[in-house]
Amino acid sequence: MTETLAAGRQTETDAVPAIRLRKLTKEFGDTVAVNNVDLDIRQGEFFSMLGPSGSGKTTVLRLIAGFELPTSGSIELEGKDVTGMAPFERDLNTVFQDYALFPHMSLIDNVAYGLRVRGVPKKERQERAREALERVQLGKFVGRRPAQLSGGQRQRVALARALVVQPKVLLLDEPLGALDLKLRQQMQVELKELQRSLGITFIFVTHDQEEALTMSDRIGVFNNGSLEQIGTAHEIYERPAGAFVANFVGTSNIFDAAHAQKLYGRAEQVCVRPERLRLSWTDAAPEPRAGVTSRPGTVTSLVYVGHATQVRVQLDDGPAVVVLTPELLTGGDADLLDRRVTVSWDDAAAVWLPSGGS
Amino acid sequence: MRLSRSAKVVLGVITALVFLFIYLPLLLVVVNSFNADRTFGWPPKGFTLEWWGRAFDSPGVREAVVSSLWVAAVSTLISLVLGTLLALALLRYKFFGRDVISLLVILPIALPGIVTGIALNNMFTTILGVSLSMWTVVIAHATFCMVTVFNNVIARLRRMHGGLEEASADLGAGVFTTFRLVTFPQLRSALLAGGLLAFALSFDEIIVTTFTIGAGDTTLPIWILQNLFRPNQAPVVNVVAVVLIVVSIVPIWLAQRLSQDSVGIGATRVKATEG
Repeated sequence: MTETLAAGRQTETDAVPAIRLRKLTKEFGDTVAVNNVDLDIRQGEFFSMLGPSGSGKTTVLRLIAGFELPTSGSIELEGKDVTGMAPFERDLNTVFQDYALFPHMSLIDNVAYGLRVRGVPKKERQERAREALERVQLGKFVGRRPAQLSGGQRQRVALARALVVQPKVLLLDEPLGALDLKLRQQMQVELKELQRSLGITFIFVTHDQEEALTMSDRIGVFNNGSLEQIGTAHEIYERPAGAFVANFVGTSNIFDAAHAQKLYGRAEQVCVRPERLRLSWTDAAPEPRAGVTSRPGTVTSLVYVGHATQVRVQLDDGPAVVVLTPELLTGGDADLLDRRVTVSWDDAAAVWLPSGGS
Repeated sequence: MRLSRSAKVVLGVITALVFLFIYLPLLLVVVNSFNADRTFGWPPKGFTLEWWGRAFDSPGVREAVVSSLWVAAVSTLISLVLGTLLALALLRYKFFGRDVISLLVILPIALPGIVTGIALNNMFTTILGVSLSMWTVVIAHATFCMVTVFNNVIARLRRMHGGLEEASADLGAGVFTTFRLVTFPQLRSALLAGGLLAFALSFDEIIVTTFTIGAGDTTLPIWILQNLFRPNQAPVVNVVAVVLIVVSIVPIWLAQRLSQDSVGIGATRVKATEG
């Protein structure tokens, strides 16, 4: 974890980061919601804060926005210390989880709000709000009230309202959480395109690992108020820095230190992704090959997931593992269950998990 | 729950009787204000507007109406400001003694009027040494009128999306701009409902008023009390009572339509003072 952090920091030294958090800590009474977080978010980056609920990611977002004050530590926005500033003094805007649109205002007044409080003349702010609404395909609905819109439309209004004041950084607090799957996937693409075309830094909070993986330039994984790992989607998925990340982002088969000792002669946790495991429907030991490990086992359950089948195998001399196999399995569950199989994987696909993780 | 036919009939009859018992006397007062018979014999001998005319011509009545309206208006205004500030403070901020304060705010509406009256009378005359006047009545009324505003506002604030104020701050609005453009519009109907209730409470209040009003001043209820047992004033008292009923019921009815949730405690108080 410390290695990754250090690496993340080194690349930042040349440019001023959009957001810089130093030793950020927030306590609510006895609970430590955010624990000593160091983080640099680059200019123009799509950065996701990923973690289960209660992991501190939303609190970090609220600290950045200024809705909460940190117990200790500092927050810099483009090199300027904003730690003690009120939300309205910070040049960043938020898209709230439940949108928080003003129910007594029409869409155009909602979107023009930020311009209104900045003293932009009525004609200009109406015009800019209209443009912003057209950009999110809601140009026809300018006179409507938020209550007359669907969830997806409200989401777009919230986005337009936050972007019309041209913030340096846009904070998004699980903005897609309330949408159904199809709409959500569509909005993921739209958000990503919007971010690319505007070049604004997006900080996106989510508990959905798939969402984080598909949208982000970089991801910070939170657990218990601390950052477990920072890296690109590829790094997070292929090289998890600890057991928590390995399990939270995708599924992992983790061999504990004792098993790893038997397999590789090294007493540290090691993990292999289910899709990296191969299955052969025989327990006859295959010819040993360099760089490939094989172990016999028994099939205990099968789950068909459409594009593949999840096969759960109890290894004779090891833990139960999940194998994701793309092959079409013929025969009913009765034929396949309790069959003797051999699970094998390339040693290169095995990732050592530093014990510091969790 | 399904009720049998006979149960429905019985319950219906009981309800009707109770309402008759409550509203028939009120109706009688209204009818008698137009009754040509000075002794209010039944059935009424004929229709007359004489008593209404006399009431309007009476300087005592006119003065009492103006005083009551003024007292009600000013104490409502004070209640609106203080009730709103209190509700905002108690709901939005955590501080030492918050629970105690929220109890102390509600308490005046539960205290018997006579206790409040004696206590305030003592306070004004012996401790503060101010002479009793319309202003002391206003202050006394504000102590319990504030509660109806407070209740309405706090109920609305509880239901109001807390994120709205954050969103406003996030978009660059300071504390006062946020209140003006976001919080106040959300509270508007609650303030109207609370204010109307406060107005109605103050307008027909008599017990606390008796103890805090200056010598020579009269409000409408005080005028009625003073003239109730003068036989030649009886018809005019009926007219004044009708005015009182109308001015009290209309705001309550409006308030109930405006806010479905929090008029309860205000309404109980009204019944208690009228009964």
